[in-house]
Amino acid sequence: MSAIGDPAPRGGGRGRVNGEQLYVADIHLPNELHVKLVTLPCARGRIGAIDATAAMQIPGVVAVFAAADLPTPMPRFGPQFTDRPVIAIAETKFHGDPVAAVAAETLDAAEEAARLVRVEYEELPAVTTIDAARANDAPLVQDPSIRKPNDRLANTNVLKEHVVSWGDLDAAAKHAELIVENTYRFPMVTHFAIEPHAFIAAPDGDGIKLWTSIQHPYWLQRLLAQTLQVPLAKVRVIAPDPGGAFGGKQHAKYEPLLAFMALKLQRPVRLVLTLEETFQAVRRTETEIKVRTGLTRAGKLVFQDVDADYLIGAYADIADRVVGKGSYIGCGPYNYEAGRVTARSVLSHTVPSTAMRGFGNPQVNWAVESNLTEAANQIAMDPVLLRLTNLAAKGDPFIPFDTPCDGDWAQATKRAAELAGWDKPKPEGRGRGFALGIKSGPTTGLSYSMVRLHADGSALVYCGTQDIGQGARTIFAQIAAHELGLPLEHVSVVMGDTGVVPYDQQTSASRSTVLMGNAVIAACKQVLEQRRAGRTGEIVGVGDARKEPDPDHPLGGSAAFFEFNATAVELSVDEGTGDITIHRHVTVSDIGKAINRLQVQMQDEGAAIMGLGHTLMERYIWDDAGRIRNLGAIDYRIPTSLDLPAEMISDMIENGDGPGPYGAKGMSEGALLPVSAAVAAAVRDATGAVIRDLPLSPERVWTALQERGGS
Amino acid sequence: MTEINLRINGEARSYSVEPHHTLLESLRDDLALTGTKECCLVGECGACTVRLNGAIVDSCLVLAVEADGGEVQTVEGLAAADGLAALQEAFLTHGAVQCGFCIPGQLMAGDDLLRRSPHPSRAEIEEGLAGNLCRCGCYYQIFDAVEAVATGNAAK
Repeated sequence: MSAIGDPAPRGGGRGRVNGEQLYVADIHLPNELHVKLVTLPCARGRIGAIDATAAMQIPGVVAVFAAADLPTPMPRFGPQFTDRPVIAIAETKFHGDPVAAVAAETLDAAEEAARLVRVEYEELPAVTTIDAARANDAPLVQDPSIRKPNDRLANTNVLKEHVVSWGDLDAAAKHAELIVENTYRFPMVTHFAIEPHAFIAAPDGDGIKLWTSIQHPYWLQRLLAQTLQVPLAKVRVIAPDPGGAFGGKQHAKYEPLLAFMALKLQRPVRLVLTLEETFQAVRRTETEIKVRTGLTRAGKLVFQDVDADYLIGAYADIADRVVGKGSYIGCGPYNYEAGRVTARSVLSHTVPSTAMRGFGNPQVNWAVESNLTEAANQIAMDPVLLRLTNLAAKGDPFIPFDTPCDGDWAQATKRAAELAGWDKPKPEGRGRGFALGIKSGPTTGLSYSMVRLHADGSALVYCGTQDIGQGARTIFAQIAAHELGLPLEHVSVVMGDTGVVPYDQQTSASRSTVLMGNAVIAACKQVLEQRRAGRTGEIVGVGDARKEPDPDHPLGGSAAFFEFNATAVELSVDEGTGDITIHRHVTVSDIGKAINRLQVQMQDEGAAIMGLGHTLMERYIWDDAGRIRNLGAIDYRIPTSLDLPAEMISDMIENGDGPGPYGAKGMSEGALLPVSAAVAAAVRDATGAVIRDLPLSPERVWTALQERGGS
Repeated sequence: MTEINLRINGEARSYSVEPHHTLLESLRDDLALTGTKECCLVGECGACTVRLNGAIVDSCLVLAVEADGGEVQTVEGLAAADGLAALQEAFLTHGAVQCGFCIPGQLMAGDDLLRRSPHPSRAEIEEGLAGNLCRCGCYYQIFDAVEAVATGNAAK
């Protein structure tokens, strides 16, 4: 019998180690056609004539689709704004925006034909930076006619401005004895899931069936039904476990195009992106953040004032929500007299940015936590002590109109300091850095689970959550086994098919253990009640869990829980090359309760390593035409087995104070949040060099070492 | 099309391939051995790692015709019969598997390392797996799994 907290075996593990696990690209349908996208070698191009004559002569080519082959007006889609055309119309908006799509009997034929599609185009000026996009004479990325009426920002590239504030900032500024003001930059990076996105669409009677590597099958179903103008019941989304997602697979990308093609051609069509094409499909928002921190000489924080420009892409995707929600808690887990966060979503002719692990929080966290380190230095106070002095205690309404502090955050902070040996002398040449991270959990949610207790006592658990690598299959099996009193081997979890599993709003915001976990418990309780009432044979229970919205809340709902993490690093810097070696990385998350301690560790360490990627090495590089210069794995580096901290220590705080099963909170993103600020603080501690731009690449560190002046 | 002969996971296969198709494409598309994964196609990510004639290769960088007459092992051939190989078991028990997409390549690289060096040091393990990216960041757990099998080897 496996207990809650035990490292129960990975659900779906066997298929993942013996090659049997089928990801979307591993699935083939009879009579399928292969699709290849046709793109332009620039970001913004006015589309002229499209000549498919030569392409159609390639044996096996069935169709070349362009805007003219889709309904008029061009259907648009998007999870937040209905702004993205199914295929580019009139002009492309970013490097990689497809103008046509070839369907052929073989991939070879589709690729060859895609190269032969002749597109006349005129290259137009593109904006790919925050400064260029916000310039007075900047070309508008979005057609003002698709903005809402009376949108005062319609003739700018600012899609939306989000302002959250509390207290009296002016009064607070008078109480501050010191104001520390700096600007920080966070680069544009990409998800780089090892599984490139893959899509298959096929006619299904009088409806449509999609196979896709997606985090939110039900959200996609709704979006496709709207785009195709068919009832929800005519759209079936089959979503095999994705091979990594990290937010990049939350929302529709090429599913609408594939659906239109399949319906028109009345054959299954498949599109498997190359890694290069995934760089042109999903990325994180680049951000420039100005921070003003007010405090007393004794280290009491008085106010925090954050102003951030997030460079989103050509189409909004979910990026504006990333901006609003990610910046919202930017002041951090501290008590202030006053706080204000202003954040703008700035459109640009770049890849549509979307959710990515941390959801807009890592950017602001980098800035505010770095500024706190700066403040601590200026008043000669220990940076851990500065944070402990101001940290919200359980029950503190640190954001007055939101969920109060829901954990013993000082405990996690002290634990990280202790594991890092914070009070012990540093070895020669080493520097230490410390930072805290906080993120709001889900603000709304609806999850259903169905549990079927079979006549032989084994159980099937149905969950619309997607196992994107976080191990959701294991968690739900453990919960159901525990509730029903069954051995784990007698429980199977069914996921990934809107025709089979009941509704779940989404797999994101580290929600699933809490929301779907509670739904599984509710379904199991129903089963047990029926059994106690004397039912025999197959018993079916259905449970749900909700996080109700609050229309008066700036985010549409308060936080279901907070993810809190404390990170400490110890490193040394090669003065000759600027290369950073991390000797020890400590990450401690406040998780309420571990359902599976091994999986908690895997999530925390994985998040920390992903954080080291954008901290040390990752960023997109653009040329003047708005083209990405480092497309693909050779020129864009992510951490390998040789780029890791020599020692990784991860720990968890379990006080059973979360809203999920047995007191659990969500926890898959927290360990990523403070990484950048902790590493930069340690670089400063080791060398005296202050760096406010990421990544801390050897070149940038070396340059900062040369400029550091007299130290 | 060109006729080639391969021994794949111990089984002799004769079939026709397009001369420009890689071994990766041929395994996945001609032979339906989809355990070997496709990601970067430039030999950087290691997801397509297979064993060819006694050494591991990125199968995206080898033409299928180049493998003619050769012996190929893929993740589907790592375990005998129905069970799992010790390394596959160790990956599961040490928490080395999150999304799983890189795992076939990691396993082939880990298996190769243990064949070459049955008792590798931690540094050798890190070096031996340096060609296999894991974006879930399960590297430490993968090291632990390889190390555990090496320790098991030592016990034998």
